[in-house]
Amino acid sequence: MAIAPDRPRAAIYDGSRIPQPVPTVLHVPEELRATGDVLQVNFGPNHPSTHGVLRLIVDLYGEEVVGLEAVVGYVHTGFEKNMEQKTWWKAITYPERIDYLAYQNNELVFVLAIEKLLGLEIPEKAKYMRMLLCELNRIHSHLIWLGTSALELGAISMFWYCFRERELVLDLTEMVAGTRMHTRYFQAGGLAEDIPPGFYAQCRTFCDWMPKAVDDYERMLSRNKIWLERTRGIGLLSREDAIALGQSGPVLRASGVDWDLRKVQPYLAYDRVDFEVPVYPDGDVYARYRVHIDELRESTRIVRQCNDVLEAMQGEPWIADDRKVVLPPRHELHTSMESLIHHFKIVTEGYRVPEGEVYVTIESPRGENGCYVVSDGGPKPWRVKFRAPSFVALEATATCMRNAYVADMIAIVGSLDTVMGEVDR
Amino acid sequence: MTFEAVPGVIETKEAHGETTLVVDPARLVEACTHLRDADGFNFLSDIAAADYLGWGSAGPSGYIGTAWGRDLNRPSTAGYQQVPAPKPKRFSMSYHLLALEQPPRRVRVQVWLDDGEPVPSVVSVWPTADWHEREAWDMMGIPVAGHPNLKRILMEDDWEGHPLRKDYPIGGEPVRFSEAE
Repeated sequence: MAIAPDRPRAAIYDGSRIPQPVPTVLHVPEELRATGDVLQVNFGPNHPSTHGVLRLIVDLYGEEVVGLEAVVGYVHTGFEKNMEQKTWWKAITYPERIDYLAYQNNELVFVLAIEKLLGLEIPEKAKYMRMLLCELNRIHSHLIWLGTSALELGAISMFWYCFRERELVLDLTEMVAGTRMHTRYFQAGGLAEDIPPGFYAQCRTFCDWMPKAVDDYERMLSRNKIWLERTRGIGLLSREDAIALGQSGPVLRASGVDWDLRKVQPYLAYDRVDFEVPVYPDGDVYARYRVHIDELRESTRIVRQCNDVLEAMQGEPWIADDRKVVLPPRHELHTSMESLIHHFKIVTEGYRVPEGEVYVTIESPRGENGCYVVSDGGPKPWRVKFRAPSFVALEATATCMRNAYVADMIAIVGSLDTVMGEVDR
Repeated sequence: MTFEAVPGVIETKEAHGETTLVVDPARLVEACTHLRDADGFNFLSDIAAADYLGWGSAGPSGYIGTAWGRDLNRPSTAGYQQVPAPKPKRFSMSYHLLALEQPPRRVRVQVWLDDGEPVPSVVSVWPTADWHEREAWDMMGIPVAGHPNLKRILMEDDWEGHPLRKDYPIGGEPVRFSEAE
């Protein structure tokens, strides 16, 4: 039941405490080093609580973290290099695997970049379906975050509860795209296929269930004494530092900055759905937890609204009618020579994207996800660069770990919500 | 908004609703400080480096049998319908800035560099540039002058070459810890 924490909660600091001269490395003070009591510990890269393969080189003075450097790159697989070798429409499969939890959002940002270069308008139905799937994906990503982060702090049952609802999300994704993850359901121009029958009803069942599930999570954690002790006042990041360190998404909003690209710079049809942006001023791990929990509720609201709109749009086109970019309908291949030629050209050579460079940003579950794309007018991207929000989030480790204890480190790294696949790309 | 007061701007381009300021590399820090303090671009979203080696060399496209021919040795490149405009130098560094205000404003600051030509570090302007600049060095081999901790970030420290350069081969790397080694 409700138990107030005994320890006073450390308050968020004013101004900046980003380490100097290197903003991402916490150096051990010389006088402390001279005592000879500083122990350097290599934390990771294969530690179960590092969310993948993150390595932290930590200097400990007793239990206290006095020095820290994050080392990344253990799962660098060269996605960006590989994408330069693929035609535009084949390259769409790569972004999904960069951030393997927010696959739908990553796919969206790349597809939006292609569409921006092509100047392609997409049908309304595709906009709403993309929004619906991206929000389901946000729920999926936040559930994994909540389950694993709570697991690391000892709340093992949270993991099972979160994965219970995650299955429901994956069932919906499977119903639409045929695969549970990495769907490749978004095409330049719209969607790969129409929405299957029965989807709306199942999606509505999910929307009815999800708020109750979030209530369950809150009952288990929000007033849990151990959870409060381990998250409140831990991993502080001030508003000023969060902006200077380029933090985005839940980390930025937990530091009191009211900033969500879905609201301030609406893409798709986010200006036509009703939702709130949760903002908490405390800048600690608990505030980040609150933002995630509230976003689970808000995303469910968006899913429900999109589902209602989509249900009324039955029979409308789900992909743009541009035969130079979009594959022709399957049945036409048997009757129309022209469609067969278009199909052949798009599949073998790929479509050409006009010369230019664009930078497209969306609000992924982890924050501002940017995609810088350069095209030379040929059938393959010349350069693709992702602004990975997790990569930037890890830059804040040195600032957040000030005065932290070694046990807090787990909570802090967890709260930054990093996916190492995205950090290393 | 206009960017006439920004120091060191060589050229201002508008395309796809995005503004690009091409800046003289020697005055980059000055320009960035001005953009942050006077124009409100308090958030550095990303730094993206690009290599333009071989840009436009595939030639114009055509079908087999036309005068242009098709480059059969590079399947599915098939050239261009229009040869792209030449670039001033080999590398570009694009700094994507954002002003956290309503409505949000974005601008791209771009510098052009030759191979080995250093670019000044903007870590003093936006601390978040730290890892982005290390990535540009690691992946593209762009030396960042004045960076406090310039070392590889994604590849290992003793890696040779810079993988995202266009002259870096894909495939065919030696397998480490194999019998031959």
